[in-house]
Amino acid sequence: MSSTLRRGGPLGWLPLTPAVLLLLVFLAGPIGYCVYIAFTNMQLTGTSSTDFVGLANFRRAFSDVNFRNAVWLTLVFTVISSILGQNSLGMALAALMRRASKPVRTVTGIFVIAAWVLPEIVAAFLLYAFFRREGTLNAILGWLHLPTQNWLYTLPILAVSFANVWRGTAFSMLIYSAALNEIPQDVTEAAEMDGATGLRRFWHITLPMIRRSIATNLMLNTLQTLSVFGLIWAMTRGGPGNRSETLPVFMYDQAFLKSFIGYGTAVALLLLLISSLFSAVYLRLIKTEV
Amino acid sequence: MRRRTTERLAIDAALLVLAAAFAVPLVWLVLASVDPLAGLRVRIPHSPGLSNFTGVLNEEITFRPMLNSLLLCGSATALTVAAAALAAYPLSRYRSRFNRPFLLTILFTTCLPITAIMVPVYALFVQTDLIDTMYGTALFMCTSQLPFAIWLMKNFMDGVPMVLEEAAWTDGAGAMQTLRRVVLPLMGPGVMVVTIFSFIMMWGNFFVPFMLLLTPEQLPASVSIYNFFGNRTGQVAFGELAAFSIIYSTPVVLLYILISRRLGGGFALGGAVKG
Repeated sequence: MSSTLRRGGPLGWLPLTPAVLLLLVFLAGPIGYCVYIAFTNMQLTGTSSTDFVGLANFRRAFSDVNFRNAVWLTLVFTVISSILGQNSLGMALAALMRRASKPVRTVTGIFVIAAWVLPEIVAAFLLYAFFRREGTLNAILGWLHLPTQNWLYTLPILAVSFANVWRGTAFSMLIYSAALNEIPQDVTEAAEMDGATGLRRFWHITLPMIRRSIATNLMLNTLQTLSVFGLIWAMTRGGPGNRSETLPVFMYDQAFLKSFIGYGTAVALLLLLISSLFSAVYLRLIKTEV
Repeated sequence: MRRRTTERLAIDAALLVLAAAFAVPLVWLVLASVDPLAGLRVRIPHSPGLSNFTGVLNEEITFRPMLNSLLLCGSATALTVAAAALAAYPLSRYRSRFNRPFLLTILFTTCLPITAIMVPVYALFVQTDLIDTMYGTALFMCTSQLPFAIWLMKNFMDGVPMVLEEAAWTDGAGAMQTLRRVVLPLMGPGVMVVTIFSFIMMWGNFFVPFMLLLTPEQLPASVSIYNFFGNRTGQVAFGELAAFSIIYSTPVVLLYILISRRLGGGFALGGAVKG
């Protein structure tokens, strides 16, 4: 095909204009503005003028107990929900589904994917109902004679993490299903002949072969999880207190509810930097041929 | 062979347990929506009926937010698809040393969390008087979806052979004519996937309209449903909330089913993952 590729000439690139304009105005612009505001003391209300304050916002962040709390909770949220939850559960589902009977495979697929397709706020509402004191989880625990508790109060970060697992596992499952489908049949058959059991086969043959899918899936899950706001905001509003206040929620709270736009944006900029790092690693990983 | 059967039974059982865990909240949604006395717990309704649905099927709760969602996401999707199709054409057809850096930037942008830039976007929108306007919000939603749409569209366009296009070129058709008459019709399913996928993403988006729209009359369903149960003061009618959740979710579920064959299996973000 490359033989027919031509040079378009300067006019040939004209169709790019609308997209480039939109991206510059509404994406590059805000990101640039983000960098600027992060170094000012901009406030939402009041008559005080906006001054350049250098690194004050960042110094303030690193000495702020609430910021450190948000970083810690973001870490917990990401590790539990994305790395342990979505990734491992998605892989387990994909691996098991290959060897299950067809009706079971279909039913499982439908429920897992349905949780993914539903709008974020509906998912938040459903999991809110599930974890409430008078909700279904406690009903099931009571029925099993296990201790019940007010999950959204005692373990809020765990509740929102599970909500994120419920909502995001389908994506990993689809990626791993595709990756497993691409493993040549004869490789697994040869291992089976040599007497390798299912788990050993999975560990020594399947996992190394889908290494790249694992890495990219972990990247994408992590990036997606770092930006979760609606799910947490609707379920707990970061509370009680700030016990489920991850970085996006902390950013929103500082910038809007407390009207420290400059400070909130500094937090947003840190979030952008962390995400950029992950994105860069992701690009390296897929070494895409564009 | 017996070992095989036991193994399959064990796997089936394990999967059914997992499926049940995923199903419980969904089952609650369906049961609560037809239960006039719904609480937060899964239970079989004593006297099932559609009163929850009739209760929310009015202008204020359902029709206006749904119409707002449709206007907002519909216009943003149309713009996204148009801009993405135009942008994808030169990227897919012409050779230039700018292609690779541009596409890598696009792919990089795809991964950036929109959540993080909502504060500066809000500040910008206030200064440019775009705040609380439907078109401003639609423009931003379009842009946030654009990188991924361009990426998908370019991948689909690469799959269209250039032979027919060459014929059109020799007949004297311009680039835009070729795109409209030859390339886009040939990649119809691809365009449909980009359209539906963009629409689904926007329909479910909560944070962007939550930040940029203020007037209650302009709010899309994603935000109005939040206001519905977010302000948990007083009595919450969980049954009605469930009914409205189902109404709000139905379009995206149907659209997803429509494209699931193409999204399933090797979809993986339109090759973004496989490279």
